[in-house]
Amino acid sequence: MKRVKNIQREKYNMPITIMLIAGIVITILLPLYMSVMIAIKVPTDMNNVLALPKQLRLMNFVDAWKMTEYPRKFFNTAFITVINLGITLISNSFVAYAITRNRKKSKFFEIMYYYFLSAMFIPFSVIMLPLVVQANTFHLDNVVGITFLYVIFGLPMNTFLYCGAVKGIPEALDEAAMIDGARPLQTFWYVIFPVLKPTTATVAILSFMWTWNDFTMPLVLLSEQSQQTLQLAQYVFKKQFSIDYNLAFASYLLVLLPVLVVYVFCQKWITNGVVAGAVK
Amino acid sequence: MKKKKQKVNVLYYVVVGAMALLFFNFHTVSFLKGIFYSFTDWKGYGDWNYVGLRNYLHMFEDVDTKNAYLFTFQFTVITTVLVNMISLILACALNAKIKFKNTIKAFYFLPYMLGNVIVGFIFNYIFANLIPTLGKACGIQILSTNILGTNHAMWGIIVVTVWTACAFNTLIYIAGLQAIDIDVYEAADLDGASGWKRFRYITFPLLAPSFTINMVLTAKGFLMVYDQIMAMTEGGPGTTTTSIAVLIYKKGFGGGQFAYQSANAVTLFVIVVAISIFQLRILEKREEQIR
Repeated sequence: MKRVKNIQREKYNMPITIMLIAGIVITILLPLYMSVMIAIKVPTDMNNVLALPKQLRLMNFVDAWKMTEYPRKFFNTAFITVINLGITLISNSFVAYAITRNRKKSKFFEIMYYYFLSAMFIPFSVIMLPLVVQANTFHLDNVVGITFLYVIFGLPMNTFLYCGAVKGIPEALDEAAMIDGARPLQTFWYVIFPVLKPTTATVAILSFMWTWNDFTMPLVLLSEQSQQTLQLAQYVFKKQFSIDYNLAFASYLLVLLPVLVVYVFCQKWITNGVVAGAVK
Repeated sequence: MKKKKQKVNVLYYVVVGAMALLFFNFHTVSFLKGIFYSFTDWKGYGDWNYVGLRNYLHMFEDVDTKNAYLFTFQFTVITTVLVNMISLILACALNAKIKFKNTIKAFYFLPYMLGNVIVGFIFNYIFANLIPTLGKACGIQILSTNILGTNHAMWGIIVVTVWTACAFNTLIYIAGLQAIDIDVYEAADLDGASGWKRFRYITFPLLAPSFTINMVLTAKGFLMVYDQIMAMTEGGPGTTTTSIAVLIYKKGFGGGQFAYQSANAVTLFVIVVAISIFQLRILEKREEQIR
């Protein structure tokens, strides 16, 4: 294999290409294909799940849509994701900017930096039980409340990512803006925030993935039907005594679809963002 | 003379202070309250008393807790090794000169995008229906029953976790591989190193930083395993797949063991911190030695 590569540098390595494609078909496409097949079949047509349906039934999607109250759950999930994204990107980047620029001048910001950093060591399952008590006291067991909690809980990781990026921006840039008469907020918004764009993309992608796919926090906090998210709504099928698989898989696909659409359009961004988030 | 420059705008104090206060109130206070509850016999409601270290001492005698720790550690070790091995092989293959490179990469990253819960549900069906049918058709005994209903249910969970986790780790390894200078390989070629030797003595040592990141991140993540288990077995059959996080959730909220499971959570925290520090130390030392 290596020898072939040395002699004919321009040639593609076909054995590896074929093996990788076979890997995709078996491990990734097959489960997805099966899900689609189940979602468009009738219950009596389930003897061979991998075969094409004898009778196409798209009503499964309509039924699943109604049964899980899809529009409501979609709105809840989208609300949490979008609002969290907006507030997180602006507030966390500014906090990181304030901390990084003033760490050497004031002990307060130095302490804050290590405070947020050390909080990254606390996994969610450790604070799960007391958090529910705390959230109930402040009536945060709803969509707005959980959005607020996402903003707060994302702070350590995002601040860490943003701090690294702010450090790389020369302070002369701020000073130039200040000399021109810009106030701190203006300096941040017009000078610093635009330069932080790559990190903002990373934070945005990680936040989006976290809130859209999160299951644990909604499970422990959102008990009321009308407040539940898409992920949580799928749990109703598991609770049923005998699962209507056709309906369930139609419902799963309805949840996967928005993510797949986002992935198709922002694939490059997403992979780059995830790498940047992990390597820092 | 420098005094004036050292002055910090009040706005910075206000914003950072406000955020810190909110964070303190919901994150840190929750954490501290958890520690506090672990020294009481609170059920989540009603009266409570101090019980000292009783909850912690009870953990050593409790079968459920012992099983949960045993399961979680077993699961973490096996999954961490498998995920890193498969990801490394995949990354090397994806880094070779292959056709349709970007499309193939995009497909292999897809599992990362799909939520653990729904992936768990889909694989539930595969384990319950597809694989048994296949197993019966081929006459393979082990495959003809739903693995999630047997004592080997852990392997079902491992398969699903590996399926989702490899995407992320492969990506990190690819980034690491691409950072390696091509000149190094050319020098190795001249020295006659190729194949496994080249990987063992050149690629792998240069990949050490990515390896460190991946080992720590995966191991820590798998110690918290929760979503997949709730979606697939809910800890069963019996308690065979009850991880620590699942135990905390199930018994803490539904089993009247709020205080006891708080002690469990604090212990888990100590273990996670200890493992993170230990792992980083060891791996950093190894990186230095290899170099």
